Amino acid sequence: MRLRTLAASLAAVLCMAAASDPAERLPDPAQEARARHLFAQVRCLVCQNETIDDSEADLAQDLRRLVREQVRQGRSDGEIKRFLVDRYGEFVLMRPTFSAGNAALWIGPFLVVALGAGLLLVRLRNRGPEPELDDEAAERLRRLTDEAL
Amino acid sequence: MIAELGAFCLVLALAFSAAQLCLSIVGRWRRSLALAAAGEGAAVAAFCGVALAFAALMHAFVTSDFSVANVAANSHTDKPMLYKVAGTWGSHEGSMLLWCLALTGYGAAAALLGKSLPRGLRAVMVATQGALGTVFLAYTVFASNPLARLAEPPVEGRSLNPLLQDPALAVHPPFLYAGYVGMSVVFSLAVAALVEGRVDAAWARWVRPWTLAAWSLLTVGITLGSFWAYYELGWGGWWFWDPVENASFMPWLAATALLHSAVVTEKRGALAGWTVFLALAAFSFSMLGAFLVRSGVLTSVHAFAVDPTRGVLLLIILGLTAGLGFALFAWRAAKLPAGGLFAPVSRESTLVLNNILLAAATATVLLGTLYPLIREALSGEAISVGPPYFNLTFTPLMAALLMLLPAGPLLAWKRGEAKLLVQRLWIALLIAAAVGLLAYALIRPRQAWGAAGLALGAWLVAGALAELVERTRAFRAPAGESLRRLVGLPRGAWGMTLAHLGLGVFVLGACFETGWRAEAAETLPLGGSLDVGAYHLTLAAVHPVEGPNYQAERGEILATRAGRPVCRAEPERHVYDTGGQTTSEVAICYQGLSHLYVVLGERREAAGPPVWLVRAYWNPWASLLFAGPVIMALGGLVSLSDRRLRLGVGRRREPPA
Repeated sequence: MRLRTLAASLAAVLCMAAASDPAERLPDPAQEARARHLFAQVRCLVCQNETIDDSEADLAQDLRRLVREQVRQGRSDGEIKRFLVDRYGEFVLMRPTFSAGNAALWIGPFLVVALGAGLLLVRLRNRGPEPELDDEAAERLRRLTDEAL
Repeated sequence: MIAELGAFCLVLALAFSAAQLCLSIVGRWRRSLALAAAGEGAAVAAFCGVALAFAALMHAFVTSDFSVANVAANSHTDKPMLYKVAGTWGSHEGSMLLWCLALTGYGAAAALLGKSLPRGLRAVMVATQGALGTVFLAYTVFASNPLARLAEPPVEGRSLNPLLQDPALAVHPPFLYAGYVGMSVVFSLAVAALVEGRVDAAWARWVRPWTLAAWSLLTVGITLGSFWAYYELGWGGWWFWDPVENASFMPWLAATALLHSAVVTEKRGALAGWTVFLALAAFSFSMLGAFLVRSGVLTSVHAFAVDPTRGVLLLIILGLTAGLGFALFAWRAAKLPAGGLFAPVSRESTLVLNNILLAAATATVLLGTLYPLIREALSGEAISVGPPYFNLTFTPLMAALLMLLPAGPLLAWKRGEAKLLVQRLWIALLIAAAVGLLAYALIRPRQAWGAAGLALGAWLVAGALAELVERTRAFRAPAGESLRRLVGLPRGAWGMTLAHLGLGVFVLGACFETGWRAEAAETLPLGGSLDVGAYHLTLAAVHPVEGPNYQAERGEILATRAGRPVCRAEPERHVYDTGGQTTSEVAICYQGLSHLYVVLGERREAAGPPVWLVRAYWNPWASLLFAGPVIMALGGLVSLSDRRLRLGVGRRREPPA
């Protein structure tokens, strides 16, 4: 726990929503908003699981400058992300791409839902008339419920 | 001397745990009451041993005995007393000891309170708890002994990190661990049920109180951690989908699913196999969390200095324990009864859907946490799975669950009626729609998703109240009768209503905060100001402050709203004497349910007068984010106090064997 908290507090020291620093800001608010939106999707590569929106590390600052510059030049979000991926690999994106390698990641959760729903449907479809309790089972049920109350 | 005694007690506790395992197994096998009772006695003795060891470690921390390696590495004479005490569980070794304390404590409690269980089930449960205790105590004794001495004790301890000295953080681990490890009893009960081939209503009734207790404590623990991150990390976030957070969230989700499926098993005898599976899964996720946090296989904001050797040991423990549990499940589950039948529109159906969605949500968190590892191992390519992934997968699953939720408690078992459901819920639906539309129309900037989230929160709150109305026949029966029914409601029903209400409160807070939070940052000279939301903040003054071991600047920031002063925020920026670390002490102005969150940043010497970087966040309804889970945990505790669930009720007088 100590290590964890130490790390967290170090993170607190180093990384304080650095992206909002007015010294770095773009003059056009719409462009700035778009840059901020992009920051939240880009990982600070040297940090522990943080976006460049949060991190105060030097590299994050460089990446922010890079992204802002490209936003200023009017490049689209897709172009900027592609540029970052070409340069740093997919690791730089906080949202994994929809690619074959990530199929299990994206489909997995919904597969669980489909599987569960399928099982439920089978169960509901296969229900016949409710079997009557035989005497022994009824006696056991009575005992159990008495005991429980 | 006390440390040696503690270490001795720890080894003794290990021996008692092993004895607990052996005696209970032999007792079950030979059907010997005396041996089984001896096993239970050993469980209590093991707890006493660990408690003494824990007390010895705490004593070493309180008296700053730096000849104990763990104290020397993790404490300092200048620490305030609360944090010396909290230092006991602040390190890897200490936290494992806390884990063992909780584990043997639950084992002893289960042995003492389990008199109403059938003997065989009880013996196997105590044996399993003994096996878990043996494994984790062996790990603590041989691989991470917290009471080891140093040959040459230092004069002063190494750690005096004031950042860690925080009341919420000091009590966060005990709650979290009590929650994590509480699932061990449920795990043991599941193993016992599989061994004995007995999963019925009585068994499910037994699972419930333990799950409820562990779930409530875990809820509190996670909330404390989240609240700490919120006010201490200084950027106003409260959940980061960080691997360590996920590690605590997975057992919570599994336990939530278990609470609901156990109801079906208890009332209708159905889902027996699934309930057992979840009971095994909940503690397996707890152990997975313990492993992930300590092994360093994941990069996380929270965990970086870790020990790979210990990680491997913990992985072996996890694989062995969970593996054996699930292997037993695979072997025996087919023999479990299928249970009662139910119609598509019935309470069972909604609870099954609840479980499907919660299972999918758990799978999402598990995949999101481990997939980068798997992908890297398979193809060598590194990817990141961050918040955007969870927003696209976890959030829709949860939204579906929340839409379904109010229907569940209002449907009858076996066969419900859709018409009746609509009759009971149309007012709640109307309220939810009205809230959503009003939020969309009135709140600026216009946010469709935020408005939908608020509608969902209102739907949950109104749905929980509709359920209460239905149970008390309010507005239909005379007021006196409604009141009588309200007072007479079983605590279990109150607990459920509170938990669902708390969830609604949380959703309202989460959606409002996420949708409409505002942020502003400016470099301000004295007298300078910035606007955030409806508030106008002026940096009135900056005072130097001398702390015990730091120099600080305290900003005095006056906030006004429409020209009227509303509060004075005093955020601080600390610079520590040793190491030159800087930290920010956030100031939060509570405005009703909302927070005005102010951070004083660094001083920048430019040409002319000095300026300070000031950040401010307007976090609307942020209080609900933390109030919601507290209400949920309260619901769990109220439900736990239900007379029908009280431990030891319904004790059967068995004829002597």
